Amino acid sequence: MYRYDEFDQQAVDERVAQFRGQVGRRLKGELTEDQFKPLRLMNGLYLQLHAYMLRVAIPYGTLSPRQMHMLAHIARKYDKGYGHFTTRQNIQYNWPRLVDTPDILADLATVEMHGIQTSGNCIRNVTSDPFAGVAAGEVEDPRPWCEIIRQWSTFHPEFSYLPRKFKIAVTGSEHDRAAIKLHDIGIRVVRNAEGETGFEFWVGGGMGRTPIIAKKIKDFVPKADLLDYATACLRVYNELGRRDNIYKARIKILVHEMGLEKYSALVDAEFARSRGTVKLPDAEIARIQAYFAPPAYEALPATSTGFEAHKFEDKGFRAFVRTNVHAHKVPGYAIVSVSLKAPGIAPGDASADQMDAVADIAERYSLDELRVTHEQNLVLPNVKLDDLYTVWQQLSAAGLASANIGLISDIICCPGLDYCDLANARSISIADELQQRFADLERQYAIGNLKIKMSGCINACGHHHVGHIGILGVDKHGKEFYQLQLGGSGAEDASIGQVTGTGFPPERIVGAVETVIGTYLSLRHGDAETFLDCYRRVGLAPFKAALYEAR
Amino acid sequence: MKLVKNASLIADGRKASVVENDWTLVDDDAELPEGKAVVVSLARFRAERDKLVGRNAPLGLRLKSNEAPASVADDLDRIALVALEFPIFRDGRGYSHAVQLRQRFGFDGEVRAVGDVLWDQIPHMIRCGIDSFEVGDDFPLAAFDEAATVFTRHYQPDTTGRPTINELRHG
Amino acid sequence: MSFYMELVDMKVLTANRLDDGAVVYIGKAAPWVEDLASALVAVDAGAEGQLTETAAAAVKARRVVGAYLMPVTVEDGRILPASVRERIRAAGPSNRPDLGKQALAPALPR
Ligand code: HEM
Ligand code: SF4
Repeated sequence: MYRYDEFDQQAVDERVAQFRGQVGRRLKGELTEDQFKPLRLMNGLYLQLHAYMLRVAIPYGTLSPRQMHMLAHIARKYDKGYGHFTTRQNIQYNWPRLVDTPDILADLATVEMHGIQTSGNCIRNVTSDPFAGVAAGEVEDPRPWCEIIRQWSTFHPEFSYLPRKFKIAVTGSEHDRAAIKLHDIGIRVVRNAEGETGFEFWVGGGMGRTPIIAKKIKDFVPKADLLDYATACLRVYNELGRRDNIYKARIKILVHEMGLEKYSALVDAEFARSRGTVKLPDAEIARIQAYFAPPAYEALPATSTGFEAHKFEDKGFRAFVRTNVHAHKVPGYAIVSVSLKAPGIAPGDASADQMDAVADIAERYSLDELRVTHEQNLVLPNVKLDDLYTVWQQLSAAGLASANIGLISDIICCPGLDYCDLANARSISIADELQQRFADLERQYAIGNLKIKMSGCINACGHHHVGHIGILGVDKHGKEFYQLQLGGSGAEDASIGQVTGTGFPPERIVGAVETVIGTYLSLRHGDAETFLDCYRRVGLAPFKAALYEAR
Repeated sequence: MKLVKNASLIADGRKASVVENDWTLVDDDAELPEGKAVVVSLARFRAERDKLVGRNAPLGLRLKSNEAPASVADDLDRIALVALEFPIFRDGRGYSHAVQLRQRFGFDGEVRAVGDVLWDQIPHMIRCGIDSFEVGDDFPLAAFDEAATVFTRHYQPDTTGRPTINELRHG
Repeated sequence: MSFYMELVDMKVLTANRLDDGAVVYIGKAAPWVEDLASALVAVDAGAEGQLTETAAAAVKARRVVGAYLMPVTVEDGRILPASVRERIRAAGPSNRPDLGKQALAPALPR
């Protein structure tokens, strides 16, 4: 993992001092709310329905047990004992007091964390593959590049007042676990014929009101040009992106309206002029990469008899292994997903005790590392097969062993109208009902891989456009209402879901999902055909018929 | 309105101070005051370019946030001041325009921020190459003092030429 | 509810307190109260105007932010927000009955 040096630490400490001054000016009346709002947003502080909300970045989803303990401490000391892990590798606290926020940020700074640029029209927290560095078949660990981008984008003098927010995601794998095609810039680490590392650049993806899948703008940007090329992309956007309409201000609209070719030509021209300005010395790349050197893995056999025996004997453990344990690139190790989708708990929520528990487990059994995912789960990236059973038992004791990763009850869900000021409808209550309706694990297996994603309004924080089944909360004459979308995907085969037709009232939306599932089960070509494959083969029509004609 | 100059990002460097504004902003349809330094809009500059560059007094240009300096690139050596408008704090085009003036066109005249200039934007503006600020009469000079001390180092290269963190790291 | 009550446009003024963000209302007895039951209900434009003035002064005095009038009804003497959003603000997150105002006063309208 990366560790701050004196410069990084100083920057974050100075930011805390700056924010303390800003809060002080606000409380003394030297700043109006209108003037203060952009400043607090740049530090992740919102005002929501019930209280302030503080969003803390977990850059590229990697954190240490010590950092996780601090997140727990903050939940306990300044909040109501829990936090919400979001689809953007951030954590949100729902009840901080404004007067405490400088202290919270100061506490975070002691463990090299912050809320910098977790909101505002700037370059946001850089996100990445939660399996980075441990997935088999990866070209290269993307996280050093994420850290390079994090530093370059921090307090960027030119790009802090962009037309709109700007999200960058980086992956090092063919299999996209970072949804790079749904970001303003998506980057895939690639290797060219000469064996050199470089970057495939995708631009203009995003969700919100107008979901658009990113377009590939460059096949290969050499390492040394990473930041100059990104600068050129942003400079053109900053000058030409629309500022007349907040819904049209994202780069996706600029690229869409101007066309990729024209945008690309402008970027190339700017790049040709300014190339070499942002120096990225090899020594710096090497310095950062050194922090991400693989940890000291033991030489282990690829199988573990203890693990196999427990799997044979214990049904619960077997179920956990089936869905939550994934192949590791090092023999004898596994990647463990920790589901934050237990029944009755808002998707992505974790209590302070759970954060402490998972931090302890990571310290003892995962080589001191944790990850957070855009599917609102946690990951223990380095668990020995021999330790899996113990890890599972300890997770179970903490209420963190839900064996449902990738299944229908692993629902992605934004806070919706229970917390969010912009919401049109509740989402947590619908997620809860869905989980109850599909609680039976055998039934979940029968349904297979299925991603339900739900947002409480068109902003799409819950990624509903790219859910295999997407649910969008809308407001219909002051009442909560839900639209259904089918066939979306946020992975390498990215697609935007199609709206089925008129929406459903709260008491009918779960039944509608059940109808969709029933239709899928009746249409699929054997158990191996996933919902998404089946949908892509048969299209919307049979689902539409089942949903609306029976009425 | 007052004009602030000599802002610095260095803790014990120059002190920002309020200075006399030697420039007269001339409306598009107003007479040009004889022998005086004037600032005109891009529209007027386009319409009366020859007359304006032929005057025997310094010439300034005021650019709206949607008017890129590239459009006057060839004339920049005849212009002594470019005033960049920041109509609302959220409109950040002026930052890119300032960077272009300094980096791409090597403009070494005065680059002035006018409009909605906020306390906390000043360090960014200085880093992008802005060196004078037209602010309201009650705008606190403390903002400029803070700008000099708030961040000691920075990651990105900027127009001030101070060493970046990477340069400090790797000599 | 009596018949004519429905015809009256009733409003309560709400905001978030500046220092901690808590949901507050202009109350009958005190300028800012935390529970909706103690809120002052405006039944005509004049009363609304007074609430708005009080709120503007409080925004200026940095006690609250984001003040606005919200429609309510009154049933059996209980003040009920007209929208789901305001019901949730008045009570707390509907998935967490242990949090928010509902945790303190379980009898609050849901
Ligand atoms: C509760 C306070 C929140 C507010 C006010 C908020 C606001 C917004 C807005 C306005 C957008 C639309 C941006 C656009 O279309 O230009 C957006 C997008 C998004 N937000 Fe949030 N959000 C909140 C919470 C969350 C949470 C809890 C998550 C994760 C669960 C999240 C993740 C995202 C993502 C992934 C997007 C989509 C980005 C895209 O359009 O490409 N946000 N948010
Ligand atoms: S999708 Fe809408 S309701 Fe959900 S968190 Fe985002 S802004 Fe709030």
